[in-house]
Amino acid sequence: MADEPLVLGIETSCDETGVGVVRGRTLLADAIASSVDEHARFGGVVPEVASRAHLEAMVPTIDRALKEAGVSAKDLDGIAVTAGPGLAGALLVGVSAAKAYAYALGKPLYGVNHLASHICVDQLEHGALPEPTMALLVSGGHSSLLLSTDITSDVRPMGATIDDAAGEAFDKIARVLDLGFPGGPVIDRYAREGDPDAIAFPRGLTGPRDPAYDFSFSGLKTAVARWIEAKRAAGEEVPVRDVAASFQEAVVDVLTRKAVRACKDQGVDHLMIGGGVAANSRLRVLAQERCEAAGIRLRVPRPKLCTDNGAMVAALGAEMVARGRSASDWDLSADSSLPVTDPHVPGASHTHDHDHVHELAKDNLYS
Amino acid sequence: MLLLALDTATPAVTVALHDGTDVVAASSQVDARRHGELLLPAVDRVLAEAGVRLDAVTGVVVGVGPGPYTGLRVGLMTADTFGLALGVPVHGLCTLDGLAYAAEVEGPFVVATDARRKEVYWARYEDPRTRVTEPAVDRPAEIADVVAGLPAVGAGALLYPDTFPDARAPEHVSAAALAALAAERLGKGEELPAPRPLYLRRPDAQVPKNYKVVTPK
Ligand SMILES: [Zn+2]
Repeated sequence: MADEPLVLGIETSCDETGVGVVRGRTLLADAIASSVDEHARFGGVVPEVASRAHLEAMVPTIDRALKEAGVSAKDLDGIAVTAGPGLAGALLVGVSAAKAYAYALGKPLYGVNHLASHICVDQLEHGALPEPTMALLVSGGHSSLLLSTDITSDVRPMGATIDDAAGEAFDKIARVLDLGFPGGPVIDRYAREGDPDAIAFPRGLTGPRDPAYDFSFSGLKTAVARWIEAKRAAGEEVPVRDVAASFQEAVVDVLTRKAVRACKDQGVDHLMIGGGVAANSRLRVLAQERCEAAGIRLRVPRPKLCTDNGAMVAALGAEMVARGRSASDWDLSADSSLPVTDPHVPGASHTHDHDHVHELAKDNLYS
Repeated sequence: MLLLALDTATPAVTVALHDGTDVVAASSQVDARRHGELLLPAVDRVLAEAGVRLDAVTGVVVGVGPGPYTGLRVGLMTADTFGLALGVPVHGLCTLDGLAYAAEVEGPFVVATDARRKEVYWARYEDPRTRVTEPAVDRPAEIADVVAGLPAVGAGALLYPDTFPDARAPEHVSAAALAALAAERLGKGEELPAPRPLYLRRPDAQVPKNYKVVTPK
């Protein structure tokens, strides 16, 4: 079991209830229940709505994942769960389920980091992660550049957004253009028929004295909104396709430019891109072009593995088991601001009173 | 019969094991902010104290609230998942019913718990086994007329003496009472409700300002 651990992973950090099953680096199941439609009329994710949906969806989704994988729960080598970062109440539902499941089955529990999971999921698509790997994570919740030499123990933040996440900018511009929520897919669609050079929108934090790897999308968002409002005020028609294409170009230009630069500066020859925005078709094309020109190998998982899902959590959990990382304790908590530098939340593996309880527990469970 | 009962709908994180006749082991801790951390270790302690394994349990009983949602869901999710893993039934009981069952009051009374936002979750009882109103959430002043003259149990009653001058123990629900009530009703062949949360309020439909931002800045 050590090199091909069978692990079930649970993800509830935002609005997707995800349960995945992997064997080592092989994807067996990726079951998802999404509450995105319930959030659409609010124009963003409502935490309480998401938490209620997680509670309802969890048991059926676990069931579905096991059936899809064709495995029995008793054969699992571990249960992994997103311990953070994410929406506190939503995370807590997943953590509660994972703890109860692991405890009832007598399996080790691994509370893992959502961001490290986004990186690790690529193992299911393209095999073992090169070490080191540079990762660009872009979604409605995160925009970060991370460097990892060992996904189970060493993830270093290179840069991050100083204001909005990239996906958030897509949502907000889609709202200004009355295109609905979520904004990513619909902007991508309109942009395909527009001219990316039609309007010169600003590229945030790209000046010579700006931080090299940080991002900013708030200024861009305001510039696009002002441009649209000016058109409307002048009684002119808003060229939706050109606005979408030019806005999208400004975002992906900065993302790919900084990611490639980070690889070059750090001497890293692999770049992986993950997160919901990695599904953006223009981002994939431009990243491919620029990586090729720079001699960097690009790895982007298929779109379904880029958005939040349980398989990514299972993938990282399996790697934790394979590398002998210590399991989490039964008092594992959901940590909405779990630092990106903590790929998982190991248990306290030393001897004091607290451990006594656990010794009892092990006797009582596995005897 | 071996029932594992748990409730996280109030500030109490409470777990008990009941063999159909008696409570075998129990644990109650009051900490409104740490339901998620405390519940599983409490289950573990209770089982260890009774010297049984979780898979000896024949049914799970969970308090379905009403109660503050985040904590409430910890108990419900845990119970649901135990049911899935063990293949045993999961029963729901109104948390207020557990408090009523533990009340030492003759005749009609009220149970009230703290709903925060200056409100209480409450219901009226004919006796400790008989609830006569649906659980509701209200400001104490608004129900003063309906509960006037009745003794009241629970933290919500203790919190608002103007509305509940005759407030009594217990303050918090205990899984031991919940388990005993479930055992009694199951023993009579009654069907217990499904483990569905009693939220009683619609979700705050507000997208936080920095919605969906999960990366710490
Ligand atoms: Zn994510």
